[in-house]
Parts: sequence; structure tokens; C-alpha cells
Amino acid sequence: MTGLDFTGLTTRPAQVWGGVRLVPLVREEPVQGLRLHREVYDRFGEVLVSPGTSYVSYIPHGLVADWSGAGPAENGTGGGQSAAYGTQLNTAHPTAMAVDQHHRMVKRRPSRRKGGRRPGAVARCRFLPLHLAMEGYLALHFGGPTIAWHQWSQEAVRQGLSPRSESAYLGLDVYGLADALRVFEIHPGQCGVMVYVADALAAAFVVPHPDDYRALHPTLLQDMYGELIYQYGYFGGPVPDFEARLGDGRYIATLADLRAAARAQERAWSESHDTVMARGLLGTSYSFERVYRMGSFDLHRFLPPFRVGSDEQHIGELITDHKGRTAYLKTFRLSPAQIRRGHLLNSLADNDWHLARTADRLGTTSEEIVRRIHAAGFGTLLR
Amino acid sequence: MTESGTDTCSDLIAAEDVLLFVNAAVTSTGQREFRSEAYQQRLSLDFLHEYVRVNYRNVYAASLALDINDHNAARVVEQLLRTAGEAGADQKRTEGRLIAARLALLPPQRVYRLFRALRAAKVGNRRTRAILREWLAARPDLGHDAVKYRAGLKTAARHFHLPLRTATGSAPAAGELGDFLFKPGVRPRYEHRLLDAYRRAHHEQGAIYELPFTVAEGFAAKHGVERSAFVERITPRMTRLERLRTQREAGADAEGAPERTDLSAMPLTRLALYTLSLTIEERVRRRAELTHALRTSARRVAGPYAGTWGRVAAVLDDSYSASGSGEKRRRPLAVALGGHFLLEALAAPGSYGAWWTSGRTDPLLVRPFGPTPLGMRVVDALEYAPERLVLVSDGWDNAPPGLAGEVLRVWRTRLDRERRTTVVHLNPVYDADGFDVRRLAASVPTAGIRDAEDLPALVEIAQFAEGRTGLAELQAYLDRRIESFLHEYEGGRAT
Repeated sequence: MTGLDFTGLTTRPAQVWGGVRLVPLVREEPVQGLRLHREVYDRFGEVLVSPGTSYVSYIPHGLVADWSGAGPAENGTGGGQSAAYGTQLNTAHPTAMAVDQHHRMVKRRPSRRKGGRRPGAVARCRFLPLHLAMEGYLALHFGGPTIAWHQWSQEAVRQGLSPRSESAYLGLDVYGLADALRVFEIHPGQCGVMVYVADALAAAFVVPHPDDYRALHPTLLQDMYGELIYQYGYFGGPVPDFEARLGDGRYIATLADLRAAARAQERAWSESHDTVMARGLLGTSYSFERVYRMGSFDLHRFLPPFRVGSDEQHIGELITDHKGRTAYLKTFRLSPAQIRRGHLLNSLADNDWHLARTADRLGTTSEEIVRRIHAAGFGTLLR
Repeated sequence: MTESGTDTCSDLIAAEDVLLFVNAAVTSTGQREFRSEAYQQRLSLDFLHEYVRVNYRNVYAASLALDINDHNAARVVEQLLRTAGEAGADQKRTEGRLIAARLALLPPQRVYRLFRALRAAKVGNRRTRAILREWLAARPDLGHDAVKYRAGLKTAARHFHLPLRTATGSAPAAGELGDFLFKPGVRPRYEHRLLDAYRRAHHEQGAIYELPFTVAEGFAAKHGVERSAFVERITPRMTRLERLRTQREAGADAEGAPERTDLSAMPLTRLALYTLSLTIEERVRRRAELTHALRTSARRVAGPYAGTWGRVAAVLDDSYSASGSGEKRRRPLAVALGGHFLLEALAAPGSYGAWWTSGRTDPLLVRPFGPTPLGMRVVDALEYAPERLVLVSDGWDNAPPGLAGEVLRVWRTRLDRERRTTVVHLNPVYDADGFDVRRLAASVPTAGIRDAEDLPALVEIAQFAEGRTGLAELQAYLDRRIESFLHEYEGGRAT
């Protein structure tokens, strides 16, 4: 698997508010057998990634994937809310600096339902959206130099890149996004959205079921957005609507022609969006890493190729069904600096962290590579 | 350009400005809308009021005779009285008549609020005092006003030095009202029934049921009366709309409860708002009652015009944006729902078709959800081959954007050059940024609408909005409206 598969998702006309363009993605049929619920944390949390490695971040919420196949009607308790049961209380009075302990990035959950399912069979897991993807990026060559060349410091050889940090902006801080999400008219059957800020793809978000989407639509405000998107929100002007055009109507003689022409306009938009506007996301090949297996679904995270020439690169996480179709997707657009960092780490790792060889491969000098390492914030790694 | 050319050009602009203002004054109430905040609405509206008042003062005053909403009517009156110095003697006379006629139509609480605004603006000249005195003299019972609008009446009496006497009705005995307002506690009892009830209500629970509802509410809280029992006993003292508003508290909505309020007597838009406030299950359960009430109300509004519009198609917006805002909850949807029943009454029997943007076919179960695919719905409606096509929408056509305008343009230029179908777009939402209601296409006349009841009159005024009518015709129309408006008020008083 190298690319994203959007089979089953149809693009509908975009809705524009100021500089934000929201493109709805609609499913004819919801994905069978998988639902997502939200758990609200809304505070800082410490996540234990592996024994000895943990990180601290603001964590607005976690998502609970439920692949037991029990819809709201079946378990009779309103499955849409089942996961949030009991966790909502946490948000009532956030204390000054409460830190939640999250044990692991993806954690299986026992089924709350009694009976019907033999004990021990787990059909739910909790994961931290976008943190999963971000961790993949943070952990890129996290181990540090594999060969202790003399240029690298003792610390770099022993501890690798630790501690490593990246910053992102909260969706609430992205100018205009809150209003755009508020006035957005959710389509019937909508299961996803592509967020463009000043016509730069900021995020793609797909869920398996329309009801999940309606519940999770506001969470886009609490997601992370890159620096680029934050700046575009402020400095990008309003974007124009792609209005339907029927020309002078020379070939329209009956109402049926008029209807056909109107339909053609809808199709034209859908095609042009997928091939032009979303090309940066859909046309790239990614390296996928499977994180968790849930029945016939797989939870992956993916990293872009970190090519320096292209300015649009996304990291993200993905749940696919057994045919590889997208059931859940959340992406984060890297800023140019982040792409360069990834590119630098990749090039170093490819050349066994040897500075001169890396410089050779990149067609530059060792001094330049050292400058780049300092500029990327990895100066402490060097002796 | 020749001189006559400039004349017609400025004429057209003037006509456009006037319609712009009328649209704004009909729709906007300075409250939050789905897509704009309250301050944006107020700012935009303030500018329009000033612009039209300075440039077209006659028209500004004439707007009082049109169906502009109460918020704007009060504003117009206030502005006219504040800037009386800019008007000539003739203008003043017409303005005075229009103001008197309009004040008589305004709800009293609005007028008392206007009194306060005038006081804050330090307007207290002889003309203003005379106008207010006349209004006060026409109040049926000042005792009632003293109890219900105590602060308003007190302010007015003090600032404008108005005599507290009514021409008709049961006025309180001389001096009693003054003591009630300005020296409470001096008299051991009052002759006037309400004034005395108010005095007794402080210590006697039974007396609160003689008071108007809003006043009694405060006393009920003071005495700790249970809400449901209170609402049930106070019902005879409620106004029509208060009765509608408190239906649920009184238990009249509950299953199997006897019908307490005659819904069909309610105004159409209020009734639509009430219907939309009910849950889907309740609407299904009370389908017969609600449908009957809406139909009756619509037929009453249609009056002599019922069944005269021929074949009518309506495209009605029930997209998410029709939910309005926290301040104007579901207003656009209610206008569409009211419009649906009104158009049904206006159309010839059996030749009415409605297309909701969501594709729903049951008007009673509409709820604001989904996008606005107005273009395809217009095509659907045109297939019905109507004589009139009425669109009720906020004009945000977004699936895909601009398609409705294109469809209507091509329809007009290619398929319907003989103008067999008249198309009117009615928009319940004022677009603060555009200083007008949002249009779908240049060729489609658009008018603002606030109450579904005004739909027939607005369809008439919308014909001026096609951009081809000059100021002269518009002025003639306004003169006609003013004449009938004044005749109604002054003729009614003469008899």
C-alpha cells in the first residue's frame, strides 16, 4: 500500500467562508462494522509511548474505535455516546495543570457491554488522533546516529534525538476556521471534509459513519494545524467560490437539457477538485506503518517522502478496511521547516549519519550540512 | 451623456437605494443572524438609516407606510423626530401624520422604548410632545399601562410633561395615577381596579391573578407560587402570544390534554414558529390540529385573494442556515413554512407544488439540516410549469454555488423568453456586508420578508426590484401606499 484510497467517498461542492474552503466528502453507504466515538480530555497529558519513552502535550480528546459491529440501535444504549460515558465529568473543572496519564498511544478497551460477547474478546480501542501521526514524525530516526562518527556528541550517540519537540497551532487559533465550521452546512451522508485555508490543503478528515461525522465535526477546531496554515489564515485573503457556469445556454432547448447541464456542473467540480486541489494529498506515495489491527480493519500511520522540492507534504493516520479503502483518515500538513527537518534526518540516516557522505549525496559541503543541522535545531547533537 | 440621460441614471440609482432600504428595514432587526453578528447587523443598519434619511427624506418617512418591521419603524420615528430641523413645513405635516398612524400600530412596549430613546437623545420639543400626547391619549387604559409599563410611563410623563389622562376608556380617578407612579404608598387604596390589585398583590396571593401576566410573574415568584399552577390560573390575563408561548408550561401540549388555545387564531408566522419548536413525534401526533390551524390562518391572510394566483410553484429553503441564530431561532424556516401554507391558499385549488431544498415532501416535519442545492430544486419546480415561481431562501446557494442564478438566467434567456412564468425571490435574512438581502441572479426580483403574512404585498414591491423601474413609478407606488395607510388610520378614528 503506497497511496490513499478514497473509493466510496464522493466530493460535493465546497462551501467558502472568508479564506477557508471546506469540501465535503459523502459516502453513499456508511462503512459497515466500524464506529468512532470521542473521549474528551481537553488538558495536558503525558503519553507513555514505550517503556522509558513518553511525551507531554495538550490532548483535547481521544477517539475510540469500535469494531464490534453493534450500532446504536442494537445495544440500545445509544452507541453514539457509549464511549464518552463517564469521561465527560473530567472536563467540568479543569484544574490548573492537571496532567492525564495515557498509557500507550493506542490502547485496547474492554467492551462495556455485558453478555452477548465472551469475556476477553476486545472490540474497542482508544487512540489519540493526530498524536499518532505526529509521534511517527517525532520518532523519525529517533535513535540518533547508528555509527559513532567523531562529529557526533556523546549525548547524541547515547540518547539519540531525545528530547525532541514540534509545535503546532490549535484550530481555534486559525483565523476564520471557527466561523467557517459554524456556518458549514453538513451534507446528508457526509463522512468527511477537506479543509483548505487560503486554498492550501490544511487537513483531511474522514470517518466511517455520518453520525460520527456530525459528532466529530466541531473537533476539527481542537486539532493541530501547522504554522503555515496559521499564517495563511491571517494573511490569506478571502477565496472565491467556484461558481457554476452554464455559459450562454446555446445548446439548451428544453428543461431536460438544463437539468443535464446543471448535473454536468456538479460533476465537473468533483473531478477538478480531486485532480487539481487535492493532488498534493492523493497523488503522493507514503510509507505506511501498521500500528494496530482491529478485526478486519487496520490502523496505520504514514509519513510522506520528505521531498524538498514540493511544498505540500502531509503526515497522518488511517484506518483501512480489508480492501484498503479509507474508513478513517486524519492528516496534518507539515510546514516547510518541518519538511526540511524530515528530509535532513532521512538523508543522514540513509548515509549512516556520515556528514561528508551525506554532503556528497546532497551535492553540498560538510560545512553546509553542519549549518543545516544547527538551523534545524539539532545543534546539540554535534560535538 | 445628455442631461436627461444623467437624470434617468440617478433616478435608477435612487430607486435602487430606496428598495435597498426597504429590504433592510423589512428583514433586519439588529439581532444576530446565522452568518453575521448582532453588531454587524446594527452597524450596517445604522448606516442605511442615516444614508436614506439624509438623501431621500420623503422616502424615509414614507417607509412607515410599508411593511417594515417594528424595530425599524421605531428607529425611523426616532430619527425623524431627532432631525426635525432638516424638514420643511409640508414635510413635517406629512411626517407627523405618518408617525401618528404608525405609532398606533406599534406594540406599546416599543413606543415606551422609543420614549426612552428620545429622552436619551434629549428631544423634547413641542411637536414631539404633541405627538406623544396624542398617542398616550389614545391608550385604552392608562391604569393598565401604569402597572404593566410602569417605568416607561413614568419616564414619559416626567420627561415630556404629559398629562396622564385618557380620552376614552376607564381612566383612573384624578390624581390617582400620579400618586401611583410618583408617590407609592401614600394612598391606602386605589379606586382603579388594576392599581389596587397591584397594591394588594404585594401581600395577597389572590390579587396577582387580576394583574397582567408579565407583572403577575414577578409576584408569583415572590409568593413562591408553583409555575404550572400559576400559568394555568393566569391564562385569562395573557395576551394571545403569551398564551402560545406558555402552552407547554400550562400542560396544554401534553398528550390527551384538552385544547386550551385556539391555534388557528394565531398569526401565521408565529404559528409556524410554534410548530417548528415541537419535536417531530409531537408534530406527527398533532398533525391534524396543526395542519388545520396553519391552513385556517393562511386562508385568513389570503382573504379575497385566495385561489387567484393560478398555478404556483414554491422552492423553500430548509437547509441548515434556515435555523437562524440564537436570537432569531428558526425564523427563516418559519417564514418558509408560513409561506408554504399561504401560497397553497393563494394558488388555484390543486395547482400548487412545493420543493424543499432537502427533498422532503412533508412540510410539517421540516427541520433545518443539510446544504442548499437551490439550482436543482428550481429546475424541479420549473418542470411543474407554474405561472408563478416563488423562492424563499437566504440566497446562499451552495451546492453548487451560483447554480440557481445560472439556471434562472438561462431559463429566462433561452426557454421562457415570452415570460410565461414570473419568478420572485423572497429573502428572510439581511446581509449586513452587502447592505441588502442576498440576490440569486440579477434578473430575479428579490424582496426582503420578515413575516409570511406580508408575502402578497412583497411580491408586488419586488417587481420594482428588477432594476428597470424608475423613481417616478416607485414614488407613485409609495404615494398610493401612504394614502391607503393614512386613510385606514385616520378614517378609522373619524368614525
